[in-house]
Amino acid sequence: MTAVIVGIVSSSLRLVTPYLFAAIGETLSQASGVLNLGLDGIMLIGAYAAFYVGITTGSLALGVIAAGLAGGLLGFIMAFVSVSMRADQGVSGIALYLFCLGLSEMLFNQTLGGVRTISGLQPINIPGLSKIPVLGPILFHQNILVYIAFALVPIAWFVLNKTPFGLKIRAVGENPHAADSLGVRVRRVRYQTVTLGGVFAGIAGASLSIALLNLFQPNLTNGMGFIAVALVYFGGWRPVRVLLGALLFSTVNALQIWAQVEGIGISPYLTLMLPYVITIVVLATMKRRNSQAPSALTKPFERGQ
Amino acid sequence: MTAASIHIRSFLQEGTRFIAGALHFLKGTGMKSEPVLSTLEMKGIVKRFPGVLANDGVDFDVRAGEIHALLGENGAGKSTLMKVLYGMYSPDEGQILINGKPVTLRSPLDAISHGIGMIHQHFMLVPTLTVAENVALGLSSSRRIVLDLDRVTEKVHELSEAYRLRVDPSEEVWRLSVGEQQRVEILKALYRGADLLILDEPTAVLTPQDVDELFNTLRTMSEEGHSLVFISHKLPEVLRLSARATVLRDGRVAGSVMTNAVSQADLACMMVGREVLLRIDHPDVERGDVRLMLDGVHADGDRGFPSLCGIDLEVHAGEILGIAGVSGNGQRELAEVIAGTRSISAGTVTLNGEDMTQWSTHRRLEAGIAHIPEERMVDGAVQEFSVEENLILKNHGHAPYSRGIFMNFKAIAAMADRLIQRYDIKTPSRQTQIGSLSGGNMQKLILAREISRNPDVLIAAQPTRGLDIGATEFVHQQIVAQRADGTAILLISEDLDEVLSLSDRIAVMYEGSVVGVVDRKSATANEVGRMMAGGGCEAAGARSLAPVSEPSAG
Ligand SMILES: Nc1ncnc2c1ncn2[C@@H]1O[C@H](COP(=O)(O)OP(=O)(O)OP(=O)(O)O)[C@@H](O)[C@H]1O
Ligand SMILES: [Mg+2]
Repeated sequence: MTAVIVGIVSSSLRLVTPYLFAAIGETLSQASGVLNLGLDGIMLIGAYAAFYVGITTGSLALGVIAAGLAGGLLGFIMAFVSVSMRADQGVSGIALYLFCLGLSEMLFNQTLGGVRTISGLQPINIPGLSKIPVLGPILFHQNILVYIAFALVPIAWFVLNKTPFGLKIRAVGENPHAADSLGVRVRRVRYQTVTLGGVFAGIAGASLSIALLNLFQPNLTNGMGFIAVALVYFGGWRPVRVLLGALLFSTVNALQIWAQVEGIGISPYLTLMLPYVITIVVLATMKRRNSQAPSALTKPFERGQ
Repeated sequence: MTAASIHIRSFLQEGTRFIAGALHFLKGTGMKSEPVLSTLEMKGIVKRFPGVLANDGVDFDVRAGEIHALLGENGAGKSTLMKVLYGMYSPDEGQILINGKPVTLRSPLDAISHGIGMIHQHFMLVPTLTVAENVALGLSSSRRIVLDLDRVTEKVHELSEAYRLRVDPSEEVWRLSVGEQQRVEILKALYRGADLLILDEPTAVLTPQDVDELFNTLRTMSEEGHSLVFISHKLPEVLRLSARATVLRDGRVAGSVMTNAVSQADLACMMVGREVLLRIDHPDVERGDVRLMLDGVHADGDRGFPSLCGIDLEVHAGEILGIAGVSGNGQRELAEVIAGTRSISAGTVTLNGEDMTQWSTHRRLEAGIAHIPEERMVDGAVQEFSVEENLILKNHGHAPYSRGIFMNFKAIAAMADRLIQRYDIKTPSRQTQIGSLSGGNMQKLILAREISRNPDVLIAAQPTRGLDIGATEFVHQQIVAQRADGTAILLISEDLDEVLSLSDRIAVMYEGSVVGVVDRKSATANEVGRMMAGGGCEAAGARSLAPVSEPSAG
């Protein structure tokens, strides 16, 4: 029994990694007032970049870096479109997603030709801690991206709440005109958060293709980026709550996988739907506190009325 | 000998460097330092907007330590001139001189670094952040990448002590009263070392007590050498506070005078260009049947706390019922409950004898309820719509403005032109977006729309807030005329003089209850002021903690 639980929890921690990277980055950009719906697409490109660079150079570290760079570039493009060009954020996000979806499929066909596998990032034991019974193997026998993803939560919390940069982010997301009147460069802040969000989304993709599944195929993410956007709402734009939401979601997912593997007599189509159903139910039933959402979310900023 | 002189010279050099360093250090730690700005001059400022010449060659100057009032009708160009000075608008022509030297102010940041601070007509605060966070926003931290809110808090404490600006630095701004929010704005400017502070209609939203406190603060500031520019439509307070006044009319300077040499009537005449009546005729009107009745109404406020606790009120046809009270005692919620934009938890609201508690906003509108909301920028108008569209907002479904599913644009245009003219709304055209209108003109537009619908019941919340004297006079006349037509009017106002001079009866609200209803003939400002402060206290300024349950006067 313990083995089963250890297995499920441990796999849920690995499953949560891409969601965490993506959702924490999205938290930053939404806190500054930009909704990036292209997240899933950026993850796809990140997943491809990490896989391709990893398999051609043999260096997974280079793969992760490539994923971050590609994600950052796409985030920058999203920022250009939504911040500088003041395009509708919902529409431009979807456009970015569709663009990335097509691009990644084309790249897959052109450069990989078929589904190949890679030997992914190996678990790292934290000396001492990984020897703790039960907890050790769960918490301290994971790959590097899992550790980084979890470290991002307190870091994001700290940046948002305890640094001048975070103060600017929150102010820009809440009342950009007030921030502007104090000399805060509203657009620059938004560029920074959206680009950073892109970097994280790219790495989220890497954590999928070279640490979790160890392969790349078209539409590998299968909508995970959209779930990550939902998790940001679920978490009320607070990193710690986003983590809790992500954990809930990935635990249900891990259970679902376990149930399939065990061959429990429920249609796999139903169990596959379970995490999404739960997300929708939780989002719909959660008491909506509008005051939590950044007031300027999705609103482009324009000076001089 | 030469060796000794070299020694002495280097000693002196060391010494001056040390002193300079020490001075710099003291400056950095908030000690009083030399002002960056002592005199300011604006010369021949011209600012054009599409279709509007907002400033037309304006000369304006401020001396060190002076309190200078800037006056003018709605749309005269006061806010525009000050936004030019604060680096928000770049002037099309003209020059700004600080301490005699020309400067270019490209952004608020430039203005701040030249020692200029501004408090806007519409506050610029981030409601979800604390006071200290609002102050620290945009400044570099003494701990570099980590916020130093504890130090900010400490310095805010010092400043609020020195200038008597009572506010808790750790409170989130949305919890603060309007008066407190304004103190935060002043603290923000002081913290940034503003030597010249511009206040755009700072008293428009304040209670009399807050105004007194603000004036004390401003006087302290001017004694310390700060210069202040003060925009206001309230002439008595202009005369009370400022030494000099500059009047703008249609974007030009109509005159600059020492306030001890002029009267209110003189100033009014300079602003409007004609004589202004400073009082209203209030003819007797036969009071009719009960139009609007509230019976035991309870409702919650925005944050879920009870804000109306058992309101009983009646308003008759041809009557103005004034609601007096310090803002935030349930007045806004009362208006919303009647207009239907806030649901009630208990009690009934009746219109002409019919229970309308469950009616939709639309049905109430159709039944003849008009509402001039307090937050006009947010609730009363659609910023992205044009003047014309905003004027038709509530009537678009009716003849002659629409036929079937088609709008009759000719009729709409004619109506818009008529209202613009009749209510003297200053706008380049009826197609202009309402967001670019001056504060006062936006307000006149909503008034025009509501009053022109010939309502049965008119709820007017702070109808003259931010209006110039000419417009105030006009609005007062309109309200009195509505009364003569048999409309039941609920006049909610923090301006005690307004309530006393217009109302037939006055109800005083305190902490969500009506603490007393008095007749206009027997009411005095003192008595009403005392009830506004919670009833029991002798001093009008003090606010007792316990709500008063029984009416204290009748
Ligand atoms: N951003 C803008 N775009 C277009 N027109 C503007 C803009 N700002 C102001 N105006 C116009 O310039 C004129 C002056 O406006 P301003 O706000 O300076 O008036 P004001 O004296 O402050 O009036 P109030 O007492 O009503 O606040 C008005 O006619 C207004 O419509
Ligand atoms: Mg103005």
